[in-house]
Amino acid sequence: MVSLLDIIGPVMVGPSSSHTAGACRLGLIAHDLVAGTPERALIELHGSFARTGEGHGTDKAIVGGLLGFRPDDERLRDALQIMEKEGLDYHFEKTTLGEEPEVHPNTVRITVHRAHRHHVMLGASLGAGRIKVSEIDGYPVEVDGSHHTIVMVAEDVKGSIARIAGILSEADVNIATLRLSRKHRGGDAFMVIEVDERPADDVGAALRALPWVRWTHRIEKVGG
Amino acid sequence: MYHSLHEAIADAEARGVSLATAALDIEARDQGRPVAEIREALLRALNVMRGAVKQGLTGDLRSNSGLVGGDAAKLRTGPEGPLAGTVFREVLMRAIAVQEVNAAMGIIVAAPTAGGAGVLPGVLLGLSAKQQFSDQAMVDALATAGLIGAVVAQRASLSGAEGGCQAETGAAAGMAAGAATQLLGGTPAQVGHAVALAQQGTLGLVCDPLGGLVELPCVFRNATGAAIALAAVEMAIAGITFAIPADEVIDTMGEIGREMDVRYRETAGGGLAATPTGRRLAKERLTQIKRA
Repeated sequence: MVSLLDIIGPVMVGPSSSHTAGACRLGLIAHDLVAGTPERALIELHGSFARTGEGHGTDKAIVGGLLGFRPDDERLRDALQIMEKEGLDYHFEKTTLGEEPEVHPNTVRITVHRAHRHHVMLGASLGAGRIKVSEIDGYPVEVDGSHHTIVMVAEDVKGSIARIAGILSEADVNIATLRLSRKHRGGDAFMVIEVDERPADDVGAALRALPWVRWTHRIEKVGG
Repeated sequence: MYHSLHEAIADAEARGVSLATAALDIEARDQGRPVAEIREALLRALNVMRGAVKQGLTGDLRSNSGLVGGDAAKLRTGPEGPLAGTVFREVLMRAIAVQEVNAAMGIIVAAPTAGGAGVLPGVLLGLSAKQQFSDQAMVDALATAGLIGAVVAQRASLSGAEGGCQAETGAAAGMAAGAATQLLGGTPAQVGHAVALAQQGTLGLVCDPLGGLVELPCVFRNATGAAIALAAVEMAIAGITFAIPADEVIDTMGEIGREMDVRYRETAGGGLAATPTGRRLAKERLTQIKRA
């Protein structure tokens, strides 16, 4: 759904809504996947991100996102220096992740490590600051950052969705959308739950306490 | 949000309200947020636009590559041509100012995108330089601009990589023309004609930035986009109508964008980016950025 505030916005550090603001949002999602600033990261840039990224500050914007800066944070300009000062081990590579139109020209694959957490995500910047994460840890997903989002991997057991919905309802969190994907029948299920209210920390704890939940993270709304 | 301006205009006319009110009501319903909250967000955007104009007019900004900067200040203090003392000159200098701030990694409002971010504040704040408008009227203008942009997003595209510059500064010109027409007392139908008149003048416009940077010609495309918007406002207020409805002009923009060769869609493979000078400048400046 297109919103007026997507059109008159975002408020952002220039110069490009796709190559700077959208890139920052993709970095923020990777940041949230490891619940903080990753210690190590591999950032693989594809297509137009690889070709013109440096001139647009795409590198600064993705690193800024990984550091937890939002698209309107003026520290984005100095993100690379901050990264070096903090001793973070981030690497950039230019690569080809597939052919158009299957792979959007502004696509990045980000691999992040923080303590025992480790995730890989594939995302694209679609223009006007809008983004889409299409893959997390090999599962096909659809995360656009327009809602607070809960992502989780759980064993494929019957009644799991009812239990999760119950926990969210008790916490007064309304579900906007829920999508499930799995690599094969009986295999683990990847759930993306977009919610209207920001779930409190104890919601995550309650979900993690379910014996069949392998891991779950909260991804903050980053726009839209 | 409305899928067509036709629908929005019919709704506004039936209810006897402005397009801004019609758009804000739908947005409130879509997002489950009160209108007051949306207005507040638009007021914040307006203030960011004012800040960017102020910063850009000081003239001491340079982009990363050094390709652009300092030209808004020339219009503010430099010799005057046939537009001396007119609102037109105020509009041009502000459109350039915002784009110069954008190129220098300053804070702007992407409206609809960062590459086309100078047109709307250029036109609205340029008009404000000569005539006082309330914040409420300015927020209404932004709401109508948002409605127009949302229709373009749904029917065509707002991305230079998808549809060329007609989808960025062209769409911005349509948004600014409609918003300014409303601000100056135009009816919803006149807003529709202003959008059509502005966007017909930008059909086919390619996206050909040197080195792929949002700098050259982007800064000046925003100025000329604002000029087209201003011309469309003048025509619409005078009562000129455009025979092809705005929605169909927008659809045409989408169709041309889909047919446009990839060289003209933000890849720096054609247009001004591929001229001998364009290639030379891009090479020099990109090397400079890498060194820095």
